[in-house]
Amino acid sequence: MSEWQPRILAILCNWCSYAGADLAGVSRMQYPPSIRVVRIPCSGRVDPLFIMKSLQSGFDGVLVSGCHPGDCHYISGNYVARRKFAVLKPLLEFIGLEPNRVQFSWISAGEGDRFAKVVTKITEDIRELGPATRLVKKT
Amino acid sequence: MKNKKNSVLVLGAGIAGIQASLDLAEMGVEVHLIEGTPTIGGRMPQLDKTFPTNDCSMCILSPKMSECARHSLITIHIMSNLEEVSGTPGDFVCRVIERAKYVDPVKCVSCGLCEAKCPVKIDDEFDMGLRKTKAISRYFLQSIPSEYTINPNYCLFLTKGVCKLCEKVCPTGAINYQDKDREIDINVGAVILATGIDPFDPIGFGQFGYHRYSNVVTSLEFERMLSASGPFGGHVVRASDEKPPKKIAFIQCVGSRDESIDKNYCSSACCMFAIKQSIIAKEHSKELDASIFYMDIRAFGKDFDKYYDKAENHYGVNFIRSKVADIVELPGGSLELRYTFENGDIQLEVFDLVVLSIGLQPRKGSRKLSEDLDIRLNKYGFCHSDTFHPLETTRPGIFVCGAMNGPKDIPESVVSASGAVAGAVKLLKLERHDVSKGEEEVIEKDVIGERPRVGVFVCHCGINIAGVVDVKNVAEMAKGLKNVEHSEDVMYACSTDCLEMIKERIEEHDLNRVVVAACTPRTHEPLFRDTISGAGLNPYLFEMANIRDQCSWAHMNEPEKATAKSRDLVEMAVGKARNLTPLKRLPISIDPEALVIGGGLAGMTSALAIADAGHDVYLVEKESVLGGNMRDIFFNLDGSDPQQFLAETIERIENHPGIRVLMDSNIGEIAGFVGNFRTMLTNGSGEQEELTHGVVVVATGGSEHKTSEYLYGRSSRVITQKEFERMLHEEKFPPGKLREVVFVQCVGSREEGRMYCSRVCCSKSVKNARQLQSKKAKANIYFAYRDIRTYGFSEQYYSDLRNSGALFFRYTPGNKPEVEMVHPDDPDSRIRVTLFDPVLEKDVVVDADLLVLAPAIDPPEENLKLAKMLKIPLNSDGLFLEAHVKLRPVDFATDGIFVCGLAHSPKDMSESIAQAKAAGSRALTFLKKNSILAEGTIAQVRKDRCSGCGYCEDVCAYAAIEIDMEEGIAVINDALCKGCGACVASCRCGALDLRGFTNEQLFSVFDSLEIEAVEGIL
Repeated sequence: MSEWQPRILAILCNWCSYAGADLAGVSRMQYPPSIRVVRIPCSGRVDPLFIMKSLQSGFDGVLVSGCHPGDCHYISGNYVARRKFAVLKPLLEFIGLEPNRVQFSWISAGEGDRFAKVVTKITEDIRELGPATRLVKKT
Repeated sequence: MKNKKNSVLVLGAGIAGIQASLDLAEMGVEVHLIEGTPTIGGRMPQLDKTFPTNDCSMCILSPKMSECARHSLITIHIMSNLEEVSGTPGDFVCRVIERAKYVDPVKCVSCGLCEAKCPVKIDDEFDMGLRKTKAISRYFLQSIPSEYTINPNYCLFLTKGVCKLCEKVCPTGAINYQDKDREIDINVGAVILATGIDPFDPIGFGQFGYHRYSNVVTSLEFERMLSASGPFGGHVVRASDEKPPKKIAFIQCVGSRDESIDKNYCSSACCMFAIKQSIIAKEHSKELDASIFYMDIRAFGKDFDKYYDKAENHYGVNFIRSKVADIVELPGGSLELRYTFENGDIQLEVFDLVVLSIGLQPRKGSRKLSEDLDIRLNKYGFCHSDTFHPLETTRPGIFVCGAMNGPKDIPESVVSASGAVAGAVKLLKLERHDVSKGEEEVIEKDVIGERPRVGVFVCHCGINIAGVVDVKNVAEMAKGLKNVEHSEDVMYACSTDCLEMIKERIEEHDLNRVVVAACTPRTHEPLFRDTISGAGLNPYLFEMANIRDQCSWAHMNEPEKATAKSRDLVEMAVGKARNLTPLKRLPISIDPEALVIGGGLAGMTSALAIADAGHDVYLVEKESVLGGNMRDIFFNLDGSDPQQFLAETIERIENHPGIRVLMDSNIGEIAGFVGNFRTMLTNGSGEQEELTHGVVVVATGGSEHKTSEYLYGRSSRVITQKEFERMLHEEKFPPGKLREVVFVQCVGSREEGRMYCSRVCCSKSVKNARQLQSKKAKANIYFAYRDIRTYGFSEQYYSDLRNSGALFFRYTPGNKPEVEMVHPDDPDSRIRVTLFDPVLEKDVVVDADLLVLAPAIDPPEENLKLAKMLKIPLNSDGLFLEAHVKLRPVDFATDGIFVCGLAHSPKDMSESIAQAKAAGSRALTFLKKNSILAEGTIAQVRKDRCSGCGYCEDVCAYAAIEIDMEEGIAVINDALCKGCGACVASCRCGALDLRGFTNEQLFSVFDSLEIEAVEGIL
């Protein structure tokens, strides 16, 4: 019986993190097959509702990743995102969600190795927490 | 004979060649881009990061590379040489040799099986020999074109007639050992050379032990070591013991500023390169100790000094002004450096790794190329060009850009490339064109209101995907998804056959949405969009699932889980596709006129570049004369006459039928957006006039800083360089003897309030000092400086000055030269200057007959007003901030507005000319079109929900949203919106949405998976 494999939604910005994920693949870096990627133009597009909604839909965790501070393709979108996460984080904790279930990172298009590491880490963190139940709708 | 005369040949596909090609193609010119290696990209892909922003080099370059490869007007000829150019400007015939590649690029799918099987290992040129590659290979992972090529010098079959393993494993039969070199003639109107530079080979520097000591590396090798995609995966380790180094030394000027090896020029980029590498290395390991051994730190570019300051004071990099005499390898591989300080003290220090900051030198083949093309080289072997024609070779119609005619960093190369284009298009006859020029119009099907009918195509990519993922299973699963009408697995989705087949399936099953599960949309989405567009579907009715780069390649040992992941990814893509809607790219008409603000050298040059290409220009100058700062420049280091050039330029401006000069005029207001600007002008007599134009070039210049330091304004013997230059020109020297003349550099520059280098003052002072020597041979010259920054070819004049007996005193900001009047009551009194000599370690007192100050260059105050009017940013120094400091150096983030000259940052005449031409040519990429298409994926407002709070207006980085005060709602300017979605996520009323990434579409993605639900609390 193989280990339980969490399903994690990864929301990646097109210009840096998505490209970083591609580079990880091109460089054949191996990481757990736990993430399901959604490509968006910029981390600034991420509405906190996306995170709540995907946890409700049954994902066990959410990773949001954008360009490094200062590198944003849209000048300042990642700063907009950062402000939102700063508010969202305590809210998630307040409603009783384990802090590690939702993670944010900055990954550049050149950081294939970092992408693999970030995915490995969030997978381990969530595997430790077990399946998400807090926000899942009763079916 | 190939092609028409309205085309241009660009030689060299580094960043300069790529930029030149893209600019030309955007103007509607056919481009032949000739490159010697198997890929475009040049040196930039080898770099890990770029200074002074630490941007990842590949990240910023790769969009330009793919744009180049996709552009219908650009033909890339890899592995090709230019042999001969015959004919006359406007009508050249270029003979090009395309070398045999031995792999059919049409058949090759870049799967890499051939490379895996190839038994011949050779040094990887791209990784500076730090890694091995094979005789059949791709130049580097992100090569464009991505197809493999065989190196005939090493291939076993081509050299010895045995092996053929690659042919056996190739799944598409792409190997062709019979391939031959081809000779082609191309008819073009102009030629742009951009062959770049070679790194200096320090093998001759025995004292540093390069090659003998395994832990002495060049800066380019070190860059590969730092790179995450490099041979060590970004882990900096020593070659000798594979341990991370704790102490690294950087030795500057290896192969630069060195008369003994005929390289009496400064390579301009290496100081910043070393600072960058020391910062990156420190970021890799905080405990790392980095020291830079240097003569002068030449951080003369925009924001460079701040970066230098950050390295020293924030990262703790040691800067040691000293010469390294030699290096001795100790047992264990560490290296003992022997170095001397200015005062002669000798020090020994042990380092784990030594990086030689190697200079830039002309390309190996440049001598032969210059003979083949009949162009002149300068004495160092770089392509010759003069101050006032910095982008022209000695042969009319052949232009030069990039570092080929002298060391340059990336933005300077980009600037010169766009600038060279301005020269080339003068020789062509270009008409304004529509964007869809040359493409067949297919009538688009109206799918609104139709039930979604999704077609899914799952790609095997040979065994790249199918070797791991059960592709048939995924395609089968997709058949059961809601709204999926058709699903199948295909061998290579991107092959020409398959693209045709997708079109047929759209027809056959009346599909109105298409999903392709294959590689990455970053490279392939445009191709598939074009395909469905050819079958009458709106290109935005397409979605991709990335099951190769982000699945099969990343989970090679877990086929079952990779299949499960692929199924999910396809399900999610179908989920999004179901809700996709057709998007329109609205045309924005472009007014063919240009407004140039500023009648100095930059403004005039830019106006000429645009007007010579057939567009009317309004040239606005606030003063009553043209020429700006150039009116005060009388000499040039190379002996040419600035005033003569200025007079000729003004004459050309005044007689040009396409240029209207508006003197004594002030700008009251500029409204509008790209293609449609309206400007209100007020002239000297108070009359107002409204101008309409498509683009704006900002060339507002700069001015000499008004200093009160060093008794300036209180003594007649203290003057600025500008005043001194006029004095030399008019030969009106102060009464009495002119024996002792003291120069003080960095007056106001590089200190609190003005943390930037004014760039031109060192060369200007050296120039005027040499002039003084030619007029007053007996004058003794004393030069007080912080770092002498005579970069590039100015270095030779500095060493001439030093050799002529001028005395140099280095000072620090805490220990500036002290000045007093010998007779305090007499304004004509001589000035007593006390200078500290760090060599003798004592003060030297000079009674100066003349004290010449080199004040900083200040941006004009009206920049602030203009910035607000045009909604363009200024940096903290009050200089205009371009769209991207590396790759968009004359553009603003707002389309249709460009910057050049001192308004961008301090620069010399030659650099201003190049940048002004670049701004002109970037402007022409818009002006040459009747209209442009706005992006389809832009934000939209639902009026009924908007409360007009204005939060979106604050968040928008492009000033694309404004609140309509009358209606109290947000209005989006489709022409300015870039589609980032920041406003959408920030809207508190849910009134905004991003087309193509709407909440509905994304929610359907999050909700598309059938995940076994566990009982929860909500």
